[in-house]
Amino acid sequence: MSDTQRTLIRGARLLGGPARDVLIDGETVAEVGDGLTAEGATVVEAEGRVLLPGLVDLHTHLREPGREDSETVLTGTRAAASGGFTAVHAMANTFPVADTAGVVEQVWRLGRASGYCDVQPVGAVTVGLGGKQLAELGAMHESAAGVVVFSDDGKCVDDAVIMRRALEYVKAFDGVIAQHAQEPRLTEGAQMNEGVVSAELGLAGWPAVAEESIIARDVLLAAHVGSRVHVCHLSTAGSVELVRWAKSKGWRVTAEVTPHHLLLTDELVRSYDPVYKVNPPLRTEQDVLALREALADGTIDCVATDHAPHPHEDKDCEWGAAAMGMVGLETALSVVQHTMVDTGLLDWSQVADRMSTRPAAIGRLPGHGRPVAAGEPANLTLLDPAHRAPVEPGAFASRSRNSPYRGLELPGRVTDTWLRGRATLRNGALV
Amino acid sequence: MKHHLISAADLTRDDAVLILDTAEELSRVAGRPIKKLPTLRGRTVVNLFFEDSTRTRISFEAAAKRLSADVINFSAKGSSVSKGESLKDTALTLQAMGADAVVIRHHDSGAPHRLATSGWIGGHVVNAGDGTHEHPTQALLDAFALRRRLAGGEPGADLAGRRVTIVGDILHSRVARSNVRLLTTLGAEVTVVAPPTLVPVGVERWPCAVSYDLDAVLPDSDAVMMLRVQRERMNAAYFPTEREYARRYGLDGERMARMPEHAVVMHPGPMNRGMEITAEVADSPRCTVVEQVSAGVDVRMAVLYLLLGGAGPGDEEPKGATPRGAEATQGKRA
Repeated sequence: MSDTQRTLIRGARLLGGPARDVLIDGETVAEVGDGLTAEGATVVEAEGRVLLPGLVDLHTHLREPGREDSETVLTGTRAAASGGFTAVHAMANTFPVADTAGVVEQVWRLGRASGYCDVQPVGAVTVGLGGKQLAELGAMHESAAGVVVFSDDGKCVDDAVIMRRALEYVKAFDGVIAQHAQEPRLTEGAQMNEGVVSAELGLAGWPAVAEESIIARDVLLAAHVGSRVHVCHLSTAGSVELVRWAKSKGWRVTAEVTPHHLLLTDELVRSYDPVYKVNPPLRTEQDVLALREALADGTIDCVATDHAPHPHEDKDCEWGAAAMGMVGLETALSVVQHTMVDTGLLDWSQVADRMSTRPAAIGRLPGHGRPVAAGEPANLTLLDPAHRAPVEPGAFASRSRNSPYRGLELPGRVTDTWLRGRATLRNGALV
Repeated sequence: MKHHLISAADLTRDDAVLILDTAEELSRVAGRPIKKLPTLRGRTVVNLFFEDSTRTRISFEAAAKRLSADVINFSAKGSSVSKGESLKDTALTLQAMGADAVVIRHHDSGAPHRLATSGWIGGHVVNAGDGTHEHPTQALLDAFALRRRLAGGEPGADLAGRRVTIVGDILHSRVARSNVRLLTTLGAEVTVVAPPTLVPVGVERWPCAVSYDLDAVLPDSDAVMMLRVQRERMNAAYFPTEREYARRYGLDGERMARMPEHAVVMHPGPMNRGMEITAEVADSPRCTVVEQVSAGVDVRMAVLYLLLGGAGPGDEEPKGATPRGAEATQGKRA
């Protein structure tokens, strides 16, 4: 037993810095230094590789219970481990909806049983995501799942009074409301970003203002009642300006951006291939550049995947009939390297901040997003930044294949992931 | 020409002129006692209609039958589609039945594009109207009718310098999108006119002018195309009342009198008399509605002829009945 519990990672570039050795003993990092030796330990030669704290995703759809045909907690956490994640926040839009202590505890226990990645359930803000009546937020918080993040993701909490009450109510236990910012009336039947491309393609537009107007309202509400609000999958240049302004006021606003919004634009919709159908929709190049800049300067706090698995038939159809969403757990770090690191916008220590430290802090998640240092929990991710290969969704651990990056050559490959000292991914293979 | 006709943007100026010239040749068949050519004998054309559209379907049906093709009409209503069959499975079924061309009308923008590019089907795909995207054969028949009225239908002619005004629900109109593209390709100067609510965000990149003032544009128009405006749009607050719409954007006799003498009035049908067009205008000799309908059959014959004629395996070159315009076609297609 002790053999498998001691691991020596040799010569890894710690947060992209100089090469160091890291010794894992049991569930914790025992030592960080140079020329370490450890009798009987598993040795991982990591020359040229980058060691990061285990990644934390604030926004994952694991689909269980209810849509096990697209993903389960087990397949989703295996995908997470493949992508270098040690904790994911499971969104509440399951069937049944995660709006009671019973459902969030079930999801939490399934995560513990999987062993690949910690699963932190997100609770629904309103009963059935209906937007009318607050769910039992306190009960979900007090459950074994210890829910801190609440979201009706997929639906916007559009009623201003319900949103205000939710923001106020969760102050009692330092909770946060993660808002899917989408003004519903402005986006009825919306199919893609409203702009030059939608005008040509004849697809109903999803205007930037539908996101921005909700963000504007919510940051004002959060300021008014002194609560924390988190903006899910922020997608427009205008939203960046609003969050920047709110932060300048000292209001408690955080925001996430998805990998796909850092890379892809609505020009791809010209193919009418539903693999590019996602909510919020792919925006323009100007938006993409603003999002990258905002992630670099900290206006946007973190990257979150919005990993949204769908069965093949829900994408192998005409655009209007297709489901919205893309899988992202297994490509997130590569996309971030491609868009942020290789462009010089972020260094690896900042990647650790945006993909581990900050999301763990927003979710108040203990044991994750910690420094790589002696005495800390051994939640670690090792990647080879020099690797380049085309994305092959057929090789994903996820049950679904709806990746917009199919065939695209991306840099970086996660080789090893450790969850509390135990390897979940070893040399690119799930353990 | 390309393998499919999905968008008016698929057509070069020469492609479009070739279709119009071929349609002129083929229209002579309609004047014969026996309105049939053997050109597509043994070929199968499927009319795959997910949306009700008797006019467009019978127009395509007549066109295919006059070319001696076998025609299968597949309507979504009362078929397996209404039982939840996907577009993909419908396409695979048609492929297995040996469809050489599929004429598709669908409520979703992009469905014909998807059918043509997904690998579900090997035959030619002709877009007969998809959602609020395009309706390229409508634009072709409009161009055909327009060329006859304004340029005598002369072979080889385009619409260079002609000023065409398209009025109505531009936002939701596939006819407008196809016409803006095709008429511009043919050299016309296009202006779209609508209340600002019915003009799409992003229109500034269209190759046309935009106006909110019909009266200002009429005196400079060689043709005015009135689009059908659905009354339901009123409920979504696109305009306050039918009366106000008709007053500001409808074409009545008084407005028609402000158009140049040679200018024509077009409408893709079906018309809302009293809404976008008054009976006085609809029934006037300047209105080309009926010509547009007959042009529809000619143009669709030309499209099927050019896409399918002699292009299939084991297909024999049509003998004797090949229209002259079509011969010129074959050379250019290579």
